[in-house]
Amino acid sequence: MNDQQRQQNYDDMVKRLSPKSEKPFSLLKAFVVGGLICTLGQGFKDLALQVLRLDQEGASLFCSFCLIFLSALLTGLGVYDRLGKFAGAGSIVPITGFANSIVSPAMEFKREGFVTGVGAKMFVVAGPVLVYGISTSVAVGLLYYVLGLLGG
Amino acid sequence: MQAKRYGRQSYALPSKPRVCSFASTAGKKEGEGPLQNSFDVVVQDDTLGEKSWEKAETRMLSDTVSLCLRKAGLREEDVDLFLGGDLLNQIVSAGFAARGLQIPFLGLYGACSTMAESLLLGSLLLDGGFAKRVVCATSSHFSTAERQYRFPLELGNQRPPSAQWTVTGAGATLLTCEPTHPIAVEAVTVGKVIDLKQNDENNMGAAMAPAAADTLLAHLRETGRRLEQYDRIVTGDLGRVGYRLFRELCKQEGLELGDRYTDCGCDIFAPEQGLQAGGSGCGCSAVTLNGHLFQQMLAGNIRRLLFMATGALLSPTTTLQGESIPSIAHAVSLEVVPCC
Repeated sequence: MNDQQRQQNYDDMVKRLSPKSEKPFSLLKAFVVGGLICTLGQGFKDLALQVLRLDQEGASLFCSFCLIFLSALLTGLGVYDRLGKFAGAGSIVPITGFANSIVSPAMEFKREGFVTGVGAKMFVVAGPVLVYGISTSVAVGLLYYVLGLLGG
Repeated sequence: MQAKRYGRQSYALPSKPRVCSFASTAGKKEGEGPLQNSFDVVVQDDTLGEKSWEKAETRMLSDTVSLCLRKAGLREEDVDLFLGGDLLNQIVSAGFAARGLQIPFLGLYGACSTMAESLLLGSLLLDGGFAKRVVCATSSHFSTAERQYRFPLELGNQRPPSAQWTVTGAGATLLTCEPTHPIAVEAVTVGKVIDLKQNDENNMGAAMAPAAADTLLAHLRETGRRLEQYDRIVTGDLGRVGYRLFRELCKQEGLELGDRYTDCGCDIFAPEQGLQAGGSGCGCSAVTLNGHLFQQMLAGNIRRLLFMATGALLSPTTTLQGESIPSIAHAVSLEVVPCC
């Protein structure tokens, strides 16, 4: 048996004997928690529109601020990681997950100093999202502009 | 020369260096697991009152070594050599612990195989007559390992079911050349680095199982022994996935392990603790050996034990660069012998 065959056989054995994630249940948990976070966001927005009498744009910003604050607070209190363990993508995808991904390294690397620790490591998880998120939005914006010129 | 060598990887230790004393310190989660009564110390606060996780791990290792010596009624100056290592970059826990202990120090890196590696080298040095007493120790800490290998502690992510949980714990064994104690190291097998191209860092058991199987086969082949000559064969931290794979690999080679095989990674946490595939880290096999297993030997429940700690020799950089996970396992054969 050559090396490649041996590796292939072993790969098959690993696949056979490794446990699989419980997909349907995980999806349900992610759906419920993600949905609740979004509902909470909608609640903040309605509050801003109807009670604080902000305009649409202001209300959206208010909603983001509240969610980011809550997520940062819960991360600091050591609760958000437990929520993440339970809900998976349900608590990672909303803006609260993004806030968690910035606050958690900031907390973790405080001991390495405010410049070389917090400053340097704060975006270690969120960095790629920012780089490719912003790049994509610039690219799409340019495309939109060019298409607009062509379309008159 | 040939008299002490069984083969390319295995050595005999005719002087049978003894285990003079042993000590273990474990974290809170480990202290809630099935082996809770076997540890000398269970720390409830995993910072140990220190300012950083790294300091906490250093303290835990250093305290465990001191405790091990105290149990033997000895002091640091009575020990010729400290062999140890850990998982952190530049093995700082061991180096910093050695700074305080002031015992001549050789730092080792074998990832999670370090407990076996240090015992192996320590007993060779004793058998060679180069030292009278050697202390072998290693540690790991969940929080230092997480920040080095994975993500910040407070990041809300999920672990796949094959992932393992780094044990917070330290274990130390004091070996002596005097035949005053009943547990002896009588043979050792040095492992080869084996890589069957597994690259899932969330399934370390799968990466390490072939190394453990390779070392077991080499040990039996070179010493001419049969599996039945051991009451117990223990791997370090294959976890529940690696455990099944190791059994299967041995079966393919015609070895039916049966009840005599256990894994420290499976034993240290109960499945109900929700820690996926079980424990890992240098501390996993170190606290299990220097607590439960040695106690079982002293109680007469295990007469001959083959201890094989397994290590995954990767770094976060190699994983990001798409390399597979090379692994190693060293075997240390321990037996209960008459003593004076």
